Order: sequence, then C-alpha cells, then structure tokens
Amino acid sequence: MSRKFSLILMLLLAAALLAACGAAPEPTAAPDAAPTEAPPPAADEPALPPPPAGYGATLDTVLDRGVLICGVNSQVPGFGFIESDGSFSGVDVDYCRALAAAVFGDSSMVEFRPVTAAERFTALQSGEIDVLSRNTTWSTVRDTELGGNFVHTTFYDGQGMMVPAASGITTLAGLEGGTICVQTGTTTELNLSDVMAAEGISYTPAVFEDADSTFAAYAEERCDAVTTDKSGLVSRRTVLADPAAHVILDVTMSKEPLGPMVRHGDDQWFDIAQWTVFALIAGEEFDITTANVDDVLASATNPEVIRLLGLEGDLGLKLGLSNDWAYNIISQVGNYEEVYNRSLGPDTPTYIPRGLNSLYTEGGLLYSPPFR
Amino acid sequence: MSKSNLLPTKIPIWRDERYLKLLAQIAFALGVLFFGYYFYQNMVTGLRQQGTTLGFSFLNNTAGFDLAETLIDYSRSSKYWQAFLAGLYNTLLVSAVGIFFSTVLGVILGVARLSANPLVKWLAAAYLELMRNLSLLVFLIFWYLGVFLKLPLLREAIFWPGGILLSNRGIALPWGVPTDVYPAYRLILLAGLLLAFGLAFFLHQRGLRTGRPPLTIMWFLATFLAVAVFGWLALPGAPLTLDLPRVEGLGIVGGNTLSPEFMALVSGLVLYTAAFIGEVVRAGIQSVSKGQLEAAGALGLNGFQTLRLVVFPQALQVIIPPLTSQYLNLTKNSSLAIAVGYADLFYVSNTILNQSGRAVEMITLVMLTYLTFSLLTSLFMNWYNSRVRVVER
Repeated sequence: MSRKFSLILMLLLAAALLAACGAAPEPTAAPDAAPTEAPPPAADEPALPPPPAGYGATLDTVLDRGVLICGVNSQVPGFGFIESDGSFSGVDVDYCRALAAAVFGDSSMVEFRPVTAAERFTALQSGEIDVLSRNTTWSTVRDTELGGNFVHTTFYDGQGMMVPAASGITTLAGLEGGTICVQTGTTTELNLSDVMAAEGISYTPAVFEDADSTFAAYAEERCDAVTTDKSGLVSRRTVLADPAAHVILDVTMSKEPLGPMVRHGDDQWFDIAQWTVFALIAGEEFDITTANVDDVLASATNPEVIRLLGLEGDLGLKLGLSNDWAYNIISQVGNYEEVYNRSLGPDTPTYIPRGLNSLYTEGGLLYSPPFR
Repeated sequence: MSKSNLLPTKIPIWRDERYLKLLAQIAFALGVLFFGYYFYQNMVTGLRQQGTTLGFSFLNNTAGFDLAETLIDYSRSSKYWQAFLAGLYNTLLVSAVGIFFSTVLGVILGVARLSANPLVKWLAAAYLELMRNLSLLVFLIFWYLGVFLKLPLLREAIFWPGGILLSNRGIALPWGVPTDVYPAYRLILLAGLLLAFGLAFFLHQRGLRTGRPPLTIMWFLATFLAVAVFGWLALPGAPLTLDLPRVEGLGIVGGNTLSPEFMALVSGLVLYTAAFIGEVVRAGIQSVSKGQLEAAGALGLNGFQTLRLVVFPQALQVIIPPLTSQYLNLTKNSSLAIAVGYADLFYVSNTILNQSGRAVEMITLVMLTYLTFSLLTSLFMNWYNSRVRVVER
C-alpha cells in the first residue's frame, strides 16, 4: 500500500516540477528585451539633440587606457600576420597603426589582439577590442544583427579560382566536368554553387573541413581547381611546393569588401575610424607620402591639403582629435598606396595587382569625400 | 486505554528507513530534473540574446550548396532536409558496405588466428595486433592522402583488365545502364524472387516433416538464377548494356565511379573493424569446448565440416552480442568521414549547421539519428541472437 502511495507521490512531484518548468520561461522574457544600445536620437527635435549615451565613450576609454586595442588576424600574410620576430604586418594591421596615430599621435600605441573568425564579433561586442580589422567581409547581417558598423572598405576582395598553370585553363568554362576543391561552411561554398549554376557549368565539388586539408587535396591534384577569396589564394599559393606552377584565373565570383568594423552606439568613434580610412586615401590622391609630407606641409597651396594636414580649420577637433591627426597618419604610417605596397605590392611574396583597389581616377573604387 | 498505547512500536515517519530511502530518491530525481532544466534555460536564454529561437522550420529553406555524391536526386536548390537525407543515405551505404566486408574479413581473420599453420596464424596475429592498436582517424587519413590520392592522375589513368579505371579522381567500374526493357526485366526478377521464396518455404516444410535437411539455399539460388537468365533471353533486347568507364575532358565518363573519399573511408573502416571482429570470432570459437571438436573428429567430419556444423552454431551465441557492438562502432565511426571529405550524415549536418547557424537543432538531429541507428541495429541483432541460440537441454 505504502509503495503504491509513494509512487503516486513521486509522480505528482515530477508533474508539479514539469509544470513549473513549462510555465517558467514566460516571465523571464521581459527583462531580456531591455535594449543594450542607446535609442537613436529623436529626429523631429528642432534644437541639437543631446548626444546619445555611448557617444564618445570609446575614445575616452582608449585615451584613459593609453593604448588602442585592435582585433586582427595573425595567419594571413599580407593582411594580418605575425612575423618571425613577433611583430605584426599587413594592411589590416597598418590600418590599426594609422588609427593609433590619429588618436594618440603615435602609431606605436596600439596593441594587436589576434582573434579567430568565430570569436571576432563577440570580442568587438563585449568591448574586448576597440576596433576589428581582420579581413572581414561587409554584409547585411554583420552590419545589423551582429551589432557592428562597417567603416569604409579598405580592400575590395572577391572570390577567385586557382588552377595549375600546366592545365591551360583560363576561364570558368574550362572547368566543365571537372572537380573543384572548396572549404565547407563558408560563403565561398555557396558562391561557387551559385556562379556555376548561373554559368551552366557542371562540376563536382570536393569539400573539406578546413583550409589546410582543402589545399592539401589540391596539391595532390584531387581537383582541377581550388576556390576561396583571391587574397587567400595569393597567400596560400606562397606555401605550395611550387608557387609559380599555379595561376589565379582572371575571374571574380563574388564581392568581398573587407574593412574595419566598430561597435554600434558610438558615432564619434565610427567617424574617427571612418575618416582614418579617408585620410589614407586622400593622402594618395594628393600624393602626400611619408617622405614628402613635411615638404608639403611647408609649401602647400591647395586649400584642401592645408585643411587635411590641419594648418587651417579645425577638422581634427570636430572628430574629437588633435588638428594634426591626418599629418600623424601620413607621416608615421603613410598613405594608402604605401600601406598597400608594403604588404601586397609587387616586391612582396603576396603580390596582388591593385585592380579595384586603385584610386577612382585610375579605374578603381577608392574615393575620399572632401575634407572640409 | 487510548488507541496510541496499542501501537507503541510504530516508527515515526522521519526515522522510517523506507520513507527515508524514498525521500532520497525523490531528492535525487528533483536534483537531476533541476540541473536539466537549468542547463536548458541557460541555452534558451543564450539563444534569445543572440536573437534566435529553437525550431526546425529552417529545414525547409534552400540548401544552396552542392554535394559530390548522393544516392538521391539532389541539387543546390534542394531543401536542407533533402541534403540531410542525402547524407543519411550515404552513411547507411558506408555502414552496410562496411559491415558486410568487415564481417567477411573478420571471420577469415578469426579462423586464421587459430589455424594450425604457423605462418597463417602468425600473419593473422600480427595483423590483428597492428590494427587494434592504431588510431582510426590516422588510419583513414593514411588511406586517403597516402593511398587513394597517390593513384595516377586522371590523364595517366591505369586500366585494369575488365575495364576498371584507376586514378586519383576515383576508381571507376564498368556498370550496367538500363535500357527500355529494364522495367519489364525488373518485374521478371521480382517474380523469380517470389518463386524462389515459395520453393524454399516448401522445401523447408518438407525438411521439417521428413527430418532430412534439404539444400534450401542451393535451390533458392538456382531457381532465382534460372528465372533471371531465362528472362534476360526472353526479352526482345538486353535490359542492361555494359558501360565502360573512360576519361573525357576533366572527368570520368561512364561506368560507376567510386570516389577516393568513399574508398578511403570504406577501406579504413573495414580493415580496422575487421581486426576487432576477428578477435570476437576467435573468442567465440575458443568458447566451444574441446570435447565437441574431438567428438566431431570421432564422427569423421573434416575440418571445414567441423567448423560449419559443430563449432559455428555454438560459437555464434558468444559472438553475436560483441559483434553487435562492433557493428555499432563501425556505423558511429563512419562519422569520421568528415576528415576525408566524404559527404556522410555528420559532414552534411555540419555544413547545414554552418550555413544556417542552427547548431542546437542540427546537433540534436544528428544525435537522435545515430541513436536510432544504434537502437535498430541492437534490436535486430538481439532478435537474431535469440534465433540462433542453441536450445540447451
């Protein structure tokens, strides 16, 4: 009798607990909905609205700390890479130096923090890094859901295709019926499928879990071609047995605009990060280099150059920086062309022709808004 | 004379061992439920902070990626669940082929291990020891990068007699291509199968009645083959034409191509699992008492007859339970396919997970699927075990 009773008791208890479990999630929903970001300023107010909470907070934090923390890649030569002496190099890394020069007047006041592809957005959201400069593609989801804002693109990349030079293949159509190596779980895999379907080329994918096994299989000629971002192909080619035996086809299968990313909610920091890119581009537009910046400063006649270098006006102060911020960038890091050639120029093993990354006057996409 | 005086020995409830035990069990059950609930809530809260909720409706979204080899119709515009299904079938294929070949090889190894011939015995022992002490993942990668990708390039492909093509793009076998009359031939095959089953049943019944063992399997095969051959000749044209593989452009055309990934996975799994099955078989054979062998010898049975009629029927009941777990191991180990790029269940699920961001759902789905495989295999093997159990008197 007591046995039966205890069984019923236990069942009742379990049922009560389950009911509690079922009911519990409802009330917890409300507090989570509280916004973590400042509401946008009301647009219909006539007077200057008070700056939203968070405005200027990042710059204050960085200045207090005395060093800029920049999330970078450490494994892609030409973009973000640790050299054998422990120093960092690459265009993404040099952007961080330029930002440090703009903020502190000293390009060395930056701490590089290598982040993986998976942890980069979390690192930015949580404030572990001040800016993310890690060959990150600008896309809608990343610009909205992931809580970040992309500033102007620093490198226009695109998905490319690499084949052995001996194969004589020059176009995608030449791969009809062939096998293509690709890494799983990437946008690359989806782009490949899209492009080949659009062009009506039949192929067999050979899909691998990581970049190393993908390129190992390509090296064994398991496939006729391998595809990933062009920048990735270029840097991977340097570690193949005979780099000269592989060519990258002159096709671009997708748009991959790579650029720095900052957190939502601090427009001042966004402006600083954004105009640092424009200062680099404007430096190249006006032919101001590390070598000649002092001469230009002494003899400048172009009013825009004078404003850019801070001799006239208060553009730097409007950003919350000192007026010689752009001078510091160019004198310590260089203009866009210098940054590019240092890591991706013809004299480097990771040479990538400028292509879209030329000034608009030379058929590229680099274009700086006016400094006024 | 109050009533309580009549029950002076009644133990209070808080000191009653039966209730205390019950209480401890309830407390433990509550604890387990609480922890389960806590972790579930933790996950749901985490997901909500990311702005996602649980649900399986995403399986109806377009997959958008291609798969190299599938048993069902699949293209980039198929749905996620179709991709999942394609992976599921590939896993079943690898498991079925793997279980078949590893059983055959395992039985041979187990018997060889106990052979009276020292060379055979020594070779089998060396093989078993080597294989059982290797890591399967390393072994698979060895077969993939070290063997199948080292085959000649496609433009230098080797042809073996019988039209078999060997290259590092795959091993292609000649294959039958169905013609117009193939549907009709399929009906004939079905009829032959039914006829053979009917005959086998009749023979089996008669065998039970007369006590004379009929050659049921022989008759079954003979009937089926006779119908198959007769049907082939009777039809207006051949139902299948032989298609020889050849190299055309960048790929292999014709025949049936077994990809290096598939070959590496199956070879690795078979050679590895066969070693364990060999040990299981050896243990089973050794469990049969020596007296049985001597009795068989006294009856004048030769070595093969002893094995087939005396040893195996008795060894099977020792062999089958551990054999079941080896089959389960092989099926579960097939998820290592991801290391050699074969599109099995886990590999495809991983891709879906990456593309859709639905980690919790996909991992749950994969775990449930492997669990179902395992339970079904166990059920079948338990049923088979109860069937082959020798009735002991």
